[in-house]
Amino acid sequence: MKYIDHHAHMVSRTTDDYHKMAMSGCVAVSEPAFWAGWDRSSADGFEDYFVQLTEFEPKRAAQYRIQHYTWMAMNPKEAENRELSREVLKRIPKFLQHPNVLGIGEIGLNRVTRNEVATFEEQVELALAHDQLILIHTPHLEDKYKGTRVTIDALLKYPKLNPQRVLIDHAEEHTIEMILDNGFWTGLTLYPNTKISPPRGVDIIEKYGPERILIAGACDWGPSDSLAVPHFILEMQRRRHPEDLIRKVVLEMPHRFLSQCPKFQVNIGEKLNTEVMSL
Amino acid sequence: MTGTQVVEEYFIENRHRLLEVAAFLDRIDRAGGMTDDFRMKALHEAVQVLSSNSPGRVSQMQMIFSDPTTEPRPALDRKAAYGAFKPVL
Repeated sequence: MKYIDHHAHMVSRTTDDYHKMAMSGCVAVSEPAFWAGWDRSSADGFEDYFVQLTEFEPKRAAQYRIQHYTWMAMNPKEAENRELSREVLKRIPKFLQHPNVLGIGEIGLNRVTRNEVATFEEQVELALAHDQLILIHTPHLEDKYKGTRVTIDALLKYPKLNPQRVLIDHAEEHTIEMILDNGFWTGLTLYPNTKISPPRGVDIIEKYGPERILIAGACDWGPSDSLAVPHFILEMQRRRHPEDLIRKVVLEMPHRFLSQCPKFQVNIGEKLNTEVMSL
Repeated sequence: MTGTQVVEEYFIENRHRLLEVAAFLDRIDRAGGMTDDFRMKALHEAVQVLSSNSPGRVSQMQMIFSDPTTEPRPALDRKAAYGAFKPVL
């Protein structure tokens, strides 16, 4: 089955992963800018990374017939450094014109500090100023609930912000309702230990339905599975969900959100002619 | 799926998961115990939820592990999360 992985850190992966993803139905990925697992020492380091995301990675993906899109940001793990963050933010606008850049992301909070909130808000304002889609990281583990709450409170201070153009990612059972109730899109990122597993992801779809929920494999540098979305598909099939519902979750929903940026041009083929059955 | 189908399909793998948790707790006992650790306190509280009949067990367990405070930290204390909320003593 065709799918789009909206949150895939492909710079961490070998071409073997692109190959396996293509073989399993992946037609497009979008890659948020993120932390490399260590702190970069200068804004120049970030700029090199942004060039990698906008110039090198699309060519690597294209070898496997996967369309590569990306997002620009100062990531939450390094956002505590206000001076560096300001320098990086100055360099982002020129990358927003690039044909594979969909918006600002992944921005957000890590340990939910005052500096992280300040850097986050500056990037929301940057996105608004340049009319960009926004992709937001929510914190890990014990910080997720508080971080998601603080993130939403911060977003609600911007009356011009259209929640339909904002994806609050890494949702789990205890945070998804506050995200959806406020009109935002959300993502379930599938990880073996630290976030949502494929079965729990399917549980969430069964409980809330497919609208405004995306599924991703993350393809992180840490423990993660580049084929997590196919595992999710298999789990939906195992529970006897119809193919048109699965297609809606893994292909049509990400296509709908990402297509709000006109640069996202992915042909997902004909829609199935059956209505999505009720859950 | 019906309840019967869910049990037929998923019982074995969830039996396995419970045994893994039990083995983890036994391993800690053999190592001398860790009853005062904030993570283990949260884990034992979460285990109580497992044996309850109330709906929404996953969300309840998630909240047991979560930071209940609402104000941002004054500054970064560490890069990585612990997995359970560590109260400031």
